Amino acid sequence: MVPQSPALVVVVPLIFAFLSLLFGWWRKAFSYPVTLIALSISFLASIHCLYTVLTTGIIHYHLGKWAPPWGIEYVVDHLNGLILVIVSFVSLMVAISSKKVVEKELPEKVVYFYTLFLLQVTGFLGIVITGDMFNLYVFLEIASLAGYALIAVGEDGAPFASFNYLIFGTIGACFYLLGVGYLYIKTGSLNMADLKEILPALYQSKVLMVAFAFFLVGVSLKMALFPLHVWLPDAYTYAPSAVSSLLAPLMTKVGAYVMIRILFTVFEPYFSIELIPATTILGWMAAGAILFGALLALAQSDVKRMLAYILVGEVGYIALGVGLANRNGLTGAILHILNDSIMMLALFLIVAAIMYRSDSREIPGLRFMHRKMPFTMAVLVIAGLSVIGIPPTCGFFSKWYLVLGAIDANKWIFAAVLLISSLLNVILFFRVIENVYLEPREEEAHEGGEVAVAIEEAPLTLLLPILIAGAGILSLGVLSGEIISSVIQFAIPAGF
Amino acid sequence: MMMIGFYAMIGKRNLVKKIIGINIFQTAIILFFVSTAAKKGGTLPIIEHAHGHGSHAVEAASYINPLPHVLMLTAIVVMVSTLGVALAIAIQIYRRYNTLEEDEILEQRKWSHNPLR
Repeated sequence: MVPQSPALVVVVPLIFAFLSLLFGWWRKAFSYPVTLIALSISFLASIHCLYTVLTTGIIHYHLGKWAPPWGIEYVVDHLNGLILVIVSFVSLMVAISSKKVVEKELPEKVVYFYTLFLLQVTGFLGIVITGDMFNLYVFLEIASLAGYALIAVGEDGAPFASFNYLIFGTIGACFYLLGVGYLYIKTGSLNMADLKEILPALYQSKVLMVAFAFFLVGVSLKMALFPLHVWLPDAYTYAPSAVSSLLAPLMTKVGAYVMIRILFTVFEPYFSIELIPATTILGWMAAGAILFGALLALAQSDVKRMLAYILVGEVGYIALGVGLANRNGLTGAILHILNDSIMMLALFLIVAAIMYRSDSREIPGLRFMHRKMPFTMAVLVIAGLSVIGIPPTCGFFSKWYLVLGAIDANKWIFAAVLLISSLLNVILFFRVIENVYLEPREEEAHEGGEVAVAIEEAPLTLLLPILIAGAGILSLGVLSGEIISSVIQFAIPAGF
Repeated sequence: MMMIGFYAMIGKRNLVKKIIGINIFQTAIILFFVSTAAKKGGTLPIIEHAHGHGSHAVEAASYINPLPHVLMLTAIVVMVSTLGVALAIAIQIYRRYNTLEEDEILEQRKWSHNPLR
């Protein structure tokens, strides 16, 4: 079993997706535990993968014993080992939290929800683990299709938002597929490691540049990088809360991972940085994303929509780190993939908890929340501080590396953008925190004296992941030095 | 074809036309892949009982490359499922708004958001 762990990571959720459907038809209550079992196995397998990578080196797993470049190969190295663990951890947490939320929001569709949920996770894990360009496309589509369906079952505007997402997502996927096609014509190979060997001799070819452009646009669409982000806020606002807390931390991060892979593993850094100034363009797009995301978030009164725009900004941070294309920048980008997944997990779960208890997401409606849900709100403060980037939380460290990277690259304007966006985030979160913690205006309090509000916390299945995520934010912050020295410094592609 | 599909996806305001656009776009990609496989004078990629009775059976140059076809088989599956999901969502939208024109839906959404205005 143990040497098969790279396959188990992906196959277990895939098989259990159908098992949960079967069990769910038989007894509705079974689909939840089945989902949990599948994700726990997958989580353990991915931890085992990362551990093996750390102790013995990169894993090459040949599916069905077909040797690459003909067969499909799963490769786990430091970069995707780390991301595998994040993806499976976050999806496990969301699955735990989803029990009550789904029962409340989608009472008739519980069984189908878990099937799609598992398929979605399969897609994410597959994207991350595979070492084959075309296989990546297939998993990308599995993840996206499950995502469209999951979003469409949400509240009022959801089907329309999901349809728009589908259009954009399909364009992105088609562009990616075209890119794969061009690469295949030129090289006759689909294996990433093989492509890396063949490509340098062809760097002057126009076909390759076209392929590269298609990849870049396609992946940017999938990860909602700034000018191509239009589908994201609608889709994530109207999706059911369990879905947006799964999609928001993961979809964009997985997209960012694919981008790093293509820019620096399939193509060499020399090609992406010097031959085509892709990283420079990426940097400017990212800077736009950061400012634009933060500014639009300021205009929102709906907490979930605000978070969606913050997410646009956070994608910008990661892309900026990639665009800086130096050691510190990339460290920041990879660390931010990790941190941001946890932060967004915490924030979207909190929104799910607020929705569960009060049915309203308007910021002014959050009054008294600190007395109603003291633990949840405490985590909200931690997560907010982390997005702003206050030292003991993890958000500080990735921003620190990004700023260092910007200074190393002599791009002071990017450093300024990072600092400005931190200030904007301060405004954003203090607006929320003020509403949560400050007492209502005097005249309101005057009428009933001290308004008694009973503690009405989120249900335990929801509270537990929130607390774990909150603890995760703090511990990732404290341990970030360790993580960088033991994992991320090996994860940075060769050539930096 | 690719551009026709692309235009339909972005330019058309009717959701079904957009879906058709997706399909044209994807079909174009499939043709593109399959056309890369073709070779002048190529034969079927089967080793036994091939044209010319297997004497030149192992020369890659005389075969049509089968791999793009296989890839496209997978891509067709993906396409079909995309189409299915897209149509299902379109039905949902139609049930809710009684129209498939994007403008009218946006109009209705605006009304539902600000019922007083």
